[in-house]
Amino acid sequence: MLARRIIPCLDVRDGRVVKGMQFKSHRDIGDIIDLSLRYRNQGADELVFYDITASTDARQVSRDWVANVSRQIDIPFCVAGGIDSVEAAEQRLAVGADKISINTPALTRPDLIDELVAAFGQQCIVIGVDSFDHGGTYQVRSHTGREDGVRETGRKTLDWVAEAVGRGAGEIVLNCMNRDGMRQGYDIAQLSAVRQICSVPLIASGGAGAVFHFEDVFKQADVDGALAASVFHTSAIAIPDLKQSLIATGIPIRP
Amino acid sequence: MSLIIVDTGCANLSSVAFALDRLGRVAKISRDPDEIKSADHVILPGVGAAPFAMRKIRERGFISTLQSLKQPLMGICLGMQLLYEELEEGGETTTGLGLLPGRIRRLDTKNQPAPHMGWNRLEWDERHPLLKDLSDNPYAYFVHSYAAKVSAATVACATHGTTFSAIVHSNNVFGCQFHPERSSRTGSQILENFLMQI
Repeated sequence: MLARRIIPCLDVRDGRVVKGMQFKSHRDIGDIIDLSLRYRNQGADELVFYDITASTDARQVSRDWVANVSRQIDIPFCVAGGIDSVEAAEQRLAVGADKISINTPALTRPDLIDELVAAFGQQCIVIGVDSFDHGGTYQVRSHTGREDGVRETGRKTLDWVAEAVGRGAGEIVLNCMNRDGMRQGYDIAQLSAVRQICSVPLIASGGAGAVFHFEDVFKQADVDGALAASVFHTSAIAIPDLKQSLIATGIPIRP
Repeated sequence: MSLIIVDTGCANLSSVAFALDRLGRVAKISRDPDEIKSADHVILPGVGAAPFAMRKIRERGFISTLQSLKQPLMGICLGMQLLYEELEEGGETTTGLGLLPGRIRRLDTKNQPAPHMGWNRLEWDERHPLLKDLSDNPYAYFVHSYAAKVSAATVACATHGTTFSAIVHSNNVFGCQFHPERSSRTGSQILENFLMQI
């Protein structure tokens, strides 16, 4: 049986792992290879790197660290951020990224999804969706990584996920913005609603704070994977303990 | 001991080379038919769409080279599927290398998400040399929508809605539907075991 995935997410700036603080400053929290190997050794099923590289020669910097990660780790990884063209995707994939994730550029120009799928295949094209719950109506927001402001797209989350899947996306990462950083649990209602219309793998993001949050999201929202950042970076939750707990509740998990 | 990764122009070439590098093996990525023919072990990687990959293989003149090999050849993911006679994908049928009998078809996931993406268990009845030193029913990392059905060539299978071939072997030809280069220790062990084949 296919195992549910535990996926740590790392923010990368100029080849270092950082923790953002309201976009104003970024605290360095470690070397990308050290942290990648640590999570790999703890049993992470996959890693997601969110590239917020700000250097002028962003292209080369990104290419270098993606190649380094690929050289060092033997689990799959996805690169998100800064990918707005077939060429930008090709640069990450050619040096070993297993998947690339796009968000705002897909909203700006949805045909990009079709182009990426045609060029590289469905299996490596992930669509990240930042969704905000307006009292039970789920709306997609864009430009969420930018200091100068998040924008409302006017798109309904369920419609956008259906469109992305229809255009060939191989996986959806749904970031429930209301829950992001709150550590109050994943948005089960929203993820369940998206699950109903999403035929490709669905990854939950936003809200992990305790072990039982992972159990709830797998059992109640039937997601394929759960992504988290701060609970892993702060060691509030250790991946081996999390996995043992989930296995004990009967969820298929790779030990 | 020379080890060649066939340069199919597919995206996981470097990942496979890095995996072998981690095992302390020097692998050369090559598109030279003579070099491929003289290697001790040959790996055929592949991701993406079958018609595109097969066209590249034809353009680069690899078809007769790969068909004539006597040394161990391992296809990975799409590379394994290309070893078969025919591949049904995207509404068309692509002719494969024909080194293994049968057709590659869309995997019926029985209402579970597709592509089949993530870690799934390998299952087998008898332990083949390629499975040496693996734990029982280890997890391997899969990403695919199409698959080979279980046949006489099946060494290990996996199930996502339907049970399909995860590892195959016939004569000098081996195949992994999953990605050993991304399957942690299980994958490294399988690559090591393949390199022990002569």
